[in-house]
Amino acid sequence: MKKIEAIIRPHLLEGVKDSLQALGVQGMTISEVKGFGRQKGHTEVYRGSEYKVEFVPKVKVEVVVDDEIVEGVVESIVKTARTGKFGDGKIFVLPVEEAIRIRTGEHGLNAV
Amino acid sequence: MSKERIIGHGVSVLSTAMLAVLPAAAQTVEERLATAEAAIGNAQTAGDNAWMLVCSALVLMMTGPGLALFYGGLVRRKNVLATMMQSFIMMAVMTVLWALIGYSLSFAKGSPFIGGLDYLFLKGVGTAPSGYAATIPHLTFMVFQLMFAIITPALITGAFAERMKFSAMLLFCTLWAVVVYFPLAHMVWGDGGYLNAFLGGKIPALDFAGGTVVHISSGFSALVCAIYLGKRLGYPKMQMMPHNLVLSVIGACLLWVGWFGFNAGSAVAAGGLASNAFVTTHFGAASAALGWLLIEWIRLGKPTVLGGISGAVAGLVGITPAAGFVTPMSALLIGFIAGVVCFVAVTELKKRLGYDDSLDAFGVHGVGGFTGAILTGVFANSAVNTVFKDEAGNALPSGLLEGNGKQVLNQLLAALIAIVLGMVASWIILKVVDLLVGVRVSGENETLGLDVSQHGEEGYNLDFDYVSSATLSVPSNGSSVSAAANIVHE
Repeated sequence: MKKIEAIIRPHLLEGVKDSLQALGVQGMTISEVKGFGRQKGHTEVYRGSEYKVEFVPKVKVEVVVDDEIVEGVVESIVKTARTGKFGDGKIFVLPVEEAIRIRTGEHGLNAV
Repeated sequence: MSKERIIGHGVSVLSTAMLAVLPAAAQTVEERLATAEAAIGNAQTAGDNAWMLVCSALVLMMTGPGLALFYGGLVRRKNVLATMMQSFIMMAVMTVLWALIGYSLSFAKGSPFIGGLDYLFLKGVGTAPSGYAATIPHLTFMVFQLMFAIITPALITGAFAERMKFSAMLLFCTLWAVVVYFPLAHMVWGDGGYLNAFLGGKIPALDFAGGTVVHISSGFSALVCAIYLGKRLGYPKMQMMPHNLVLSVIGACLLWVGWFGFNAGSAVAAGGLASNAFVTTHFGAASAALGWLLIEWIRLGKPTVLGGISGAVAGLVGITPAAGFVTPMSALLIGFIAGVVCFVAVTELKKRLGYDDSLDAFGVHGVGGFTGAILTGVFANSAVNTVFKDEAGNALPSGLLEGNGKQVLNQLLAALIAIVLGMVASWIILKVVDLLVGVRVSGENETLGLDVSQHGEEGYNLDFDYVSSATLSVPSNGSSVSAAANIVHE
């Protein structure tokens, strides 16, 4: 089992979600996040005072999947979330020790 | 009664009854005329009084919620309630002060510089009209003027927003009203006031609705406050963006609507002069919004919403002294000039001089008020409102464009008196308040925010917002991160 964390552009979430569902991913968690990498923020001007907004809004998608489909999922996210410009985001793959479905108490892959 | 005798006693009862039903038949022409005149007077009073009561309510709406929303949206979220409170509390404090001594010190007959004590505790102020307005109850005139006394100190709060103690703010505004506002209102509008063009002033300045009394006085006092209190912690390096411009847009639009009461109501009657002031007010605001946006677009690259609403307010300030003296076309010009001048004051002047006028009370009200006062002397037109008359009662020119160049000088002198009085008195009052209670909150409380430190409340208690507020308020320099994080745990 692996956890895939993808930080992507908010407006591309819909496409990423559809492509993951097509691969058989059953569920996902998303959150609205802010951060920066190579894409710098923008400048806002209020009555002539300039403010640098460094943290850019992004969406973080988290899914836990079987080792076998990790490659496919990552590829699919890269394909659907890419524009080719700074700010497309990052994908992190982490090992997952255990997963438990709270309702039934099932463990492992059955729980995700 | 001879009629009765002729007809005889039998029918005289009937005839008396008929006379009671048709009294007009028995009245003399003089009596009927008197009845008709009284009816006309009552009708005019009904019309004027209805209008003036509505105007009074409109002017109150400018402070709450108008100014409270306008200012509240411009501060950081940790100070939204405290900022709105500074406007709101004036609605209570000034009302009580006005009822007890304020109205008398402003409008009772007294010296040229301050009113007497005839109206102390509103003695003799009832439903009968006063010398100030012949067709409305004295009480209506009193309450209309009260609403001006409420908004004026509330305007100053924009200069010391986000860092002044609530107790100090209450003391300052109360003392300021007594030392600056009441005397100035008397000088400009009071019977025998030094600057009153209509009621025997030495310097006949034109101030239709309070450009000098309200905006110049509060704006220049605001500059003193900003300088005396010093900059907010972290200014100008730290991010201090307006936390909710949506509130500010609503507030500015309420100010715009309320301003009809402020300016058109200053005609103190529901006649043609009120219509002129209503139209010039509206035109001034519209034209100033465009003026500010245009220069902002050219100079800074984008036309901002904050720029648009700031421009509208600047135009409303600029047209205030002129509303009942100039034509609608002049109002378009005055508004445009006020919009551009205030933009320069807020963006350039503030940066050059380096003071922290948090919400630009000086840049908009001080500079806009001064600009409007001078332009009133330029554009005032005797066809709109006859101010000066010769011995025979014929109209004399009002403003510079009509040929009365001296009026610009009168306007300048009145403005300078307001500026000097406001600035000197404000500095002294701040010193006194500083000695008594201290004017500024501690650095810790300023970082925590005035909502929590002064009032023990927060503006937004939704859980999600609560967490994200801590995230958003993390400044770019690492040192303050821990301070912001502390707020979450407290």
